[in-house]
Amino acid sequence: MAKLYGKELQLMAAKARLLAVEAVYTAASGHPGGSLSSMDILTALYFNELNIDPSRPRWEDRDRFVLSKGHCTPALYSLLALRGFFPLEQLKLFRSIKGHMSGHPDMRHVPGVDMSTGSLGQGLSAAVGMALAAKLQGKAHRCYVLCGDGELAEGQIWEAAMAAAKWQLDNLCVFVDVNGLQIDGRTADVMPTQPLDKKFEAFNWHVIKIDGHDFEQILSALDSARSFRGKPTVILASTVKGKGVSFMENQAGWHGKAPNDEQFAQAKAELEKTIKELEGN
Amino acid sequence: MAGKIATRNAYGEALVELAEKYPELVVLDADLSGSTMTKFFASAYPQRFFDCGIAECDMAGIAAGMAADGLKPFINSFAMFSTGRIYEQIRNSIAYPQLNVKVVGSHGGVSVGEDGATHQCIEDFALMRAIPGMLVCSPCDGNEMRLAVKALMEYEGPAYLRLQRLATEVFTDELEGYSFQLGKGCTLRDGKDISIIATGLMVSKALQAAELLAAEGIQARVINIHTLKPLDDELVLKAAAETGCIVTSEEHSVIGGLGSAVCELLGEKCPVPVVRHGVNDEFGRSGSAADVLEYFGLTARAVAEKAKYALSLKK
Repeated sequence: MAKLYGKELQLMAAKARLLAVEAVYTAASGHPGGSLSSMDILTALYFNELNIDPSRPRWEDRDRFVLSKGHCTPALYSLLALRGFFPLEQLKLFRSIKGHMSGHPDMRHVPGVDMSTGSLGQGLSAAVGMALAAKLQGKAHRCYVLCGDGELAEGQIWEAAMAAAKWQLDNLCVFVDVNGLQIDGRTADVMPTQPLDKKFEAFNWHVIKIDGHDFEQILSALDSARSFRGKPTVILASTVKGKGVSFMENQAGWHGKAPNDEQFAQAKAELEKTIKELEGN
Repeated sequence: MAGKIATRNAYGEALVELAEKYPELVVLDADLSGSTMTKFFASAYPQRFFDCGIAECDMAGIAAGMAADGLKPFINSFAMFSTGRIYEQIRNSIAYPQLNVKVVGSHGGVSVGEDGATHQCIEDFALMRAIPGMLVCSPCDGNEMRLAVKALMEYEGPAYLRLQRLATEVFTDELEGYSFQLGKGCTLRDGKDISIIATGLMVSKALQAAELLAAEGIQARVINIHTLKPLDDELVLKAAAETGCIVTSEEHSVIGGLGSAVCELLGEKCPVPVVRHGVNDEFGRSGSAADVLEYFGLTARAVAEKAKYALSLKK
């Protein structure tokens, strides 16, 4: 597949946002807020950065991706489907007993999922293990992770952060989707995790700060991470929770709630308009 | 008899012995390699040894990631921490994705001794048994430990292995008819009046109890169950049917371990009196290993007493 850039990435992200919201609407359950905030990051990964092959989901030399904030399956599954790991039709079975599109990623049943996650704080450790395994086996592939800023309150994240620095895992690149909101409200109120740049610097990481909705910045950060030696990279991406659907934006209430018929109709109209505009240019 | 060795030492040596043949074997520890005896592997194969520091949760996750990429990690700490502290990491990051990680709990039971209740894990069987698909193994001596580590190396899937701190007599290497297979129990002594089903440290004491009982004219069968899950249903059912009453004996809480596993099976398929011998619903305490075992009644004499009680319940 040819890598996507600029407008092409924006268009793909808009399509994926619509699929994600539709999956949550169809399931009447799921997590739209963080899926929408992280969608641009994930689109850049799946359509530009990751060296993967949908026809061989278990290919040994593929880049790995771990969704440590495992509840953002609406985003992950939509992108995996768009990337060709399974038919778009499967998204209709999101969270349904009739399929295996579980609420949180299941590596045993969903093609393209490299690690089962869902219990927050654990995915980063698994990615550290994958990065260590790659080094031990002399493999060149890279390991990517997406964490939430609320998730960083989990102590295990910082255990893993120490380990990644100890073993100088420069084949590990972590995005933090810094949308500033979590289920109970503002991350700054629930349990402040900032200042994240200083924390990760103190943990001996290579730190990059970007706007998580600016593809140029996302791709340039990925370039920088790829060429950096001796330390793992964390990309602190400022994002808007619910990005792309006006009434969901910056609302903690949309962390884990499905839209009703009327709300879905509005979200769909907004996203279709975005898609049309991007296609028009 | 081949002398005394702690199962943790036999384990540490076995890892080194298997390392050449299994290049995927990697060993992780959480700052206790001098106690879990992974230090032997660490010095022989430093590139394949990963000290994760005092961060057991992270160790479990790292191992999961390694296993997802084809390595065969053994993770190590005291049973209290490698099963208790990181129960949820084992459940969600290792067992749910069916990853090939061996969780090892050294210093199982109260025979840890002096460190006391915070380090004496008497719930590890219960915790690990409750996880879907988790194999649970508790070898009874150094010889059996070696065989178990080799078998677990070949076994694909998540498993728990309990080690002991205390050095104990090696006896299975000289037992006639002894053989080892994961998931299969082993009858170490035949008898028709009662069956004593034991695991770990209590197996040798069960054999001594059978001697005490024989002196009183009671013929006790002794069964060694090193694999608590999956339980050897066939062997246990046969024992229940043929001897009509059972004593289970383990260095573990009477809640959730071997006794529970046997009761669960027999309650449904062959109800006979079962008396559970182990640590009652209480925490351990400090003392020398011998004193602590005596204090909690984890002795051959106590097994014999329980056996007589079980016999009294038999119709």
